[in-house]
Amino acid sequence: MISRLNWPGAIGISLLVALLLTAIPLPDWVQSWRPAWVAITVIYWCLAIPERIGVFVAWSIGLVLDVLHGSILGQHALGLATVGYIAVLYHQRIRVFPLVQQSLVVGSMVFFYLGGMSFIYNMLGSRHYGPEYLLGAVTSALLWPWAYIVLRDFRRKTVTSAR
Amino acid sequence: MEERAIKPLFTESSSPSARFIACLILSFLLISVDHQHQHLASLRAMLAVAVYPLQYAASLPVQLVDDLAQTLATRRALQGENEHLRGENTQLQAQVLRFAALETENQRLRQLLDSSANRREDVAVAEILTVDSNPAQQQVIINKGSRSHLYVGQPIADAHGLLGQIIQVSPFTATALLVCDERHAVAVEVNRTGLRAVAVGAGESNELMLSFVPTNADIEVGDLITSSGLDNRFPPGYPVGTVTAISAVPGDQFAKISVQPSAQIGHTREVLIVWPERRVDASASPP
Repeated sequence: MISRLNWPGAIGISLLVALLLTAIPLPDWVQSWRPAWVAITVIYWCLAIPERIGVFVAWSIGLVLDVLHGSILGQHALGLATVGYIAVLYHQRIRVFPLVQQSLVVGSMVFFYLGGMSFIYNMLGSRHYGPEYLLGAVTSALLWPWAYIVLRDFRRKTVTSAR
Repeated sequence: MEERAIKPLFTESSSPSARFIACLILSFLLISVDHQHQHLASLRAMLAVAVYPLQYAASLPVQLVDDLAQTLATRRALQGENEHLRGENTQLQAQVLRFAALETENQRLRQLLDSSANRREDVAVAEILTVDSNPAQQQVIINKGSRSHLYVGQPIADAHGLLGQIIQVSPFTATALLVCDERHAVAVEVNRTGLRAVAVGAGESNELMLSFVPTNADIEVGDLITSSGLDNRFPPGYPVGTVTAISAVPGDQFAKISVQPSAQIGHTREVLIVWPERRVDASASPP
């Protein structure tokens, strides 16, 4: 049983869903709790198949996210490329962590990602982002085990075994 | 097809570090260029077209819920609403009659005074697609773009007052900055006294601040603030907000004045796009 990805569209679909969840309007008080869906998905694929999904893919998704958010082009691209790089670099280590430890790692990665984003916003956009912008890291960490299981099953379904 | 049967444990392709450094350099280049110049507007517009289906899909659930609420509304509620709207319509029509008379009179007077006459604005209705997922960033995306002759800097309003202006345009969508964003300012005047000021967005909450109003100025809580048109961007006479609080800061020659926007930010789905007078350049002509 050798698993091999022969339907690359699957990755695209999962990333599309993540972008969609990012764009769906929410009431104001939930806004800051919105998990970093795209970052989580990118981290998952970088951990699962780092030889296919890596820094470049993460960077391009970040560019799409920039257009979606109306932020400066290259901002989220920079953040996601960094997140993807760390995930690819340590994928062998993070993969064998138990889920709880994994979600801690992912949560802190998202924390620094959101921190970097709000830093760039504050530097260039003359807008003020309070610490509530980082709440997304908490929900992302809580969400990680479920996201991991769902994405893993999704990957196994779309990855046909080559007899 | 079996030569890659076993996933190589140590890949020899270009190392992730090299790619990461390439991405870093690219990102910083993009950020610096996009921050200082407008060269990337076309690239952004192109990408925005690709993102449009996504934004449309994301706005669907909200529309579905709205439609469902409409379908499930009881007959009695609908009848009540209908009656209410009918009454409102009669009232508005009476006002329009008076308004038309006033407008012709105003035009005649202006002609007598030989001052610049009719400022007739064209408007179109667009729908809000998505609200930015960032609470601090007060901007919305609407479902009309350069295909409908929208342009950067164009004012938008809702049924109650001035809403903001357009800051990015792509073929099918446009991004609008709302009046309560920190980066937004509009030239205004106090309707009661004609006092001129600048209304700047306060940021997070649904609030504006009036800048450069002396502490001894004639302004009261409840005063209506309208756009003055002196910024050559917003048409004059649109309601911007009402004064909610005035406080003098000791040692500061200007008063601290809070204004609540008239536009129902966060409650409307339809926005009015305003073409303030026909401009000479063709880019700003209405559809």
